[in-house]
Amino acid sequence: MLVLKRLTLVAITLVAILMGGEAALAGLGQPSPWQIGLQQSASPVMDNIIWFHDFLLYIITGIAGFVLVLLVVVMVRFNARTNPIPSRTTHNTLIEIAWTLIPIVILMFIAVPSFKLLFLQLNVPPADLTVKATGKQWYWSYSYPDNGQFEFDSLMLKEGERKEGQPRLLAVDNEMVVPVNKTVRVITTGSDVIHSFAVPSFGIKIDAVPGRINETWFTATREGVYYGQCSELCGKDHAFMPIAVRAVSEQAFSAWVEEAKKKYARDEAPSATTVAAAQSTPR
Amino acid sequence: MATVAKAHSEDLPDHPHGWRRYLYSTNHKDIGTMYLVFALFGGLVGGVLSIGMRLELMHPGLQFFHDSHMFNVFTTAHGLIMIFFMVMPAMIGGFGNWMIPLMIGAPDMAFPRMNNISFWLLPASFTLLVISLFVEGEPGAPGVAAGWTIYAPLSTTGHPGPAVDFAILSLHLAGASSILGAINFITTIFNMRAPGMTMHKMPLFVWSQLVTVFLILLAMPVLAGAITMLLTDRNFGTTFFTPGGGGDPLLFQHLFWFFGHPEVYILIVPGFGMISQIVATFAKKPVFGYLGMAYAMVAIGGIGFVVWAHHMYTVGMSTAAQAYFVVATMVIAVPTGVKIFSWIATMWGGSLEFKTPLLWAIGFIFLFTVGGVTGVVLANAGVDRSLQDTYYVVAHFHYVLSLGAVFTIFAGWYYWFPKMSGYMYSETIGKLHFWLTFIGVNIVFFPQHFLGLAGMPRRVADYPDAFAGWNLVSSLGSYLSGLGALVFFFGVAQAFMRKEKAADNPWGAGATTLEWTLPSPPPFHQYNELPLIK
Repeated sequence: MLVLKRLTLVAITLVAILMGGEAALAGLGQPSPWQIGLQQSASPVMDNIIWFHDFLLYIITGIAGFVLVLLVVVMVRFNARTNPIPSRTTHNTLIEIAWTLIPIVILMFIAVPSFKLLFLQLNVPPADLTVKATGKQWYWSYSYPDNGQFEFDSLMLKEGERKEGQPRLLAVDNEMVVPVNKTVRVITTGSDVIHSFAVPSFGIKIDAVPGRINETWFTATREGVYYGQCSELCGKDHAFMPIAVRAVSEQAFSAWVEEAKKKYARDEAPSATTVAAAQSTPR
Repeated sequence: MATVAKAHSEDLPDHPHGWRRYLYSTNHKDIGTMYLVFALFGGLVGGVLSIGMRLELMHPGLQFFHDSHMFNVFTTAHGLIMIFFMVMPAMIGGFGNWMIPLMIGAPDMAFPRMNNISFWLLPASFTLLVISLFVEGEPGAPGVAAGWTIYAPLSTTGHPGPAVDFAILSLHLAGASSILGAINFITTIFNMRAPGMTMHKMPLFVWSQLVTVFLILLAMPVLAGAITMLLTDRNFGTTFFTPGGGGDPLLFQHLFWFFGHPEVYILIVPGFGMISQIVATFAKKPVFGYLGMAYAMVAIGGIGFVVWAHHMYTVGMSTAAQAYFVVATMVIAVPTGVKIFSWIATMWGGSLEFKTPLLWAIGFIFLFTVGGVTGVVLANAGVDRSLQDTYYVVAHFHYVLSLGAVFTIFAGWYYWFPKMSGYMYSETIGKLHFWLTFIGVNIVFFPQHFLGLAGMPRRVADYPDAFAGWNLVSSLGSYLSGLGALVFFFGVAQAFMRKEKAADNPWGAGATTLEWTLPSPPPFHQYNELPLIK
């Protein structure tokens, strides 16, 4: 039994190290080397995802550890040397009921916070502004229907185009810019194949499906640049169509909007490529 | 094994010999052997593809592949080959064909000629898949790079070349092969049990096969329908999955996963049966909670049909639909838990002998538990939002399939190898194979949880530099597992060269099923008089 206690202790220490180390290693807005946990949060939804994931991690580590301990006990106590005469027990109603009911109770404990998180994600609050992200092979186009109908393309920066400190495969030429501490509604669609719009630090991922409009939301709680990558296989350059969102102060955002209106002014008639048969998903 | 039952067939003048014996075979053991050899071949090809992917991912930047397209041709082929040409042929075609008649006391399968066509459709199917690698897929590039899920529209307008058509026809043949096999198995199990063997006296391996073939019978036609619609969308102007014509890309995903989720249970449930036989044999103790074990498999199979959209939490489903799939998916944990705990209870109080099959079985129980609990994490749509399509998912399904299903295949292989071939394998080599694989695959897949949590998407040939560390570790692990596979093939060759005769029942009193009452290898035709089960 001493062995058991020591094993448990080792397991608990390991989990503590893993969880302690997580915060230290986790990047904000982008991954960091040797990171072992989720990226740092920059939105209320991601705060909840991180909490819920850590909650689940304790439970699943406990269950896997419990099964491991049982297996070790079985191997030590019930091998041919220590227990040459096998028992003939094949039934124990009480224990069979227990290992059916206890998992159900654990699952109910999981379901409650799970649903709270789900409803937080899916009930989109009244938004301060809307950004439409269109996935294309292989870049994103952003338009700001509330701020003057301009639209621009956002392409990955190649070798030699990046400035000092910009991460490879994540940095783009034209970032999607949003004001900090405002509720942003993101609507997505795909113009050719399915893509998926994801920003880990905001805890969002929503597919961009041709013929459909999907929506999600986030509130950036800190200024900065937040990177994500296309998260649905979309062909040859799937790995090379990152998402970069820059969260700035409200003044800076207004200034950017004015600049963007001029910079991305449409000099031709609006293209008809965006949505073929736009229809919103029932929610 | 090609040579082993030869001696017996020589005694039967009316039976074809040489290549005819296999090409025209109606013998469940010969067909089972062919399935196993085919699965070894498929596993070799699929394994080489995976090492190729790990070589590319070992360092950031593109090393071996000219572009991401070819890399995703590898991921696609790896997935399809491992599912349709390795795990399914090994578990169902191989062990199922070999052991079901032996275990239920039947002379052969119910439809021996259908058994023949079931097998021979597979090489044809595999050939079509290989052809697809060499014809145009994406514009100007050969092969299907749409993933094994072949989502529309990437598989329609995204792949204008004929590669996807070849892949679809390949899946049609593989599907037809397994449906025919399923009909054969169901008929055999329902009608050809020896006198006295009621359903509730059947070995759990037979129960597991029965559940599996019902899943095949119900799920495969859905895949066939979906890919036929894909085929007509591609070639005949229909628009099932094209919004421009009133179709919807998500329809394909619903149809695909209505097949796809039962499919993953098709891959693992026969393994459950094998583990039950092996654990009971080497604990020298009957299975704990036999009925619970049998009906847990039935329950897992049943629930497996109503959880499909947990693969689709990010497609924009309604809140109610997502909430339903969360609950339904988590329910699967309950019968799965019953199985895990019943295996442990079977060993509890037993007298364990750590022969190679038991090592694989215990390894399976632990690693399947690890893969199972990350499944509970992924079942929750809220947190799946962060993990969908990342390496966390890759780690999860390789823990339950690569470290789950494949471990059960090796457990079954070492368990039945003496029976099937008549020769003993070397315990030393078997155990070396186990430890190399156990350590190797954990080094491959455990760090992939970290990569997924940090946000690394799957199906990419290059990744941001921050992911380099764990990818290097993962790649090194894959070379170790590759070494393990070489040890396995060496062990097989060595066993056939050493020719150490296996006893009829090499495992002792714990092995109580009917196949151990027959000689090793069994005669060409067994049970000239049906055994009577008391």
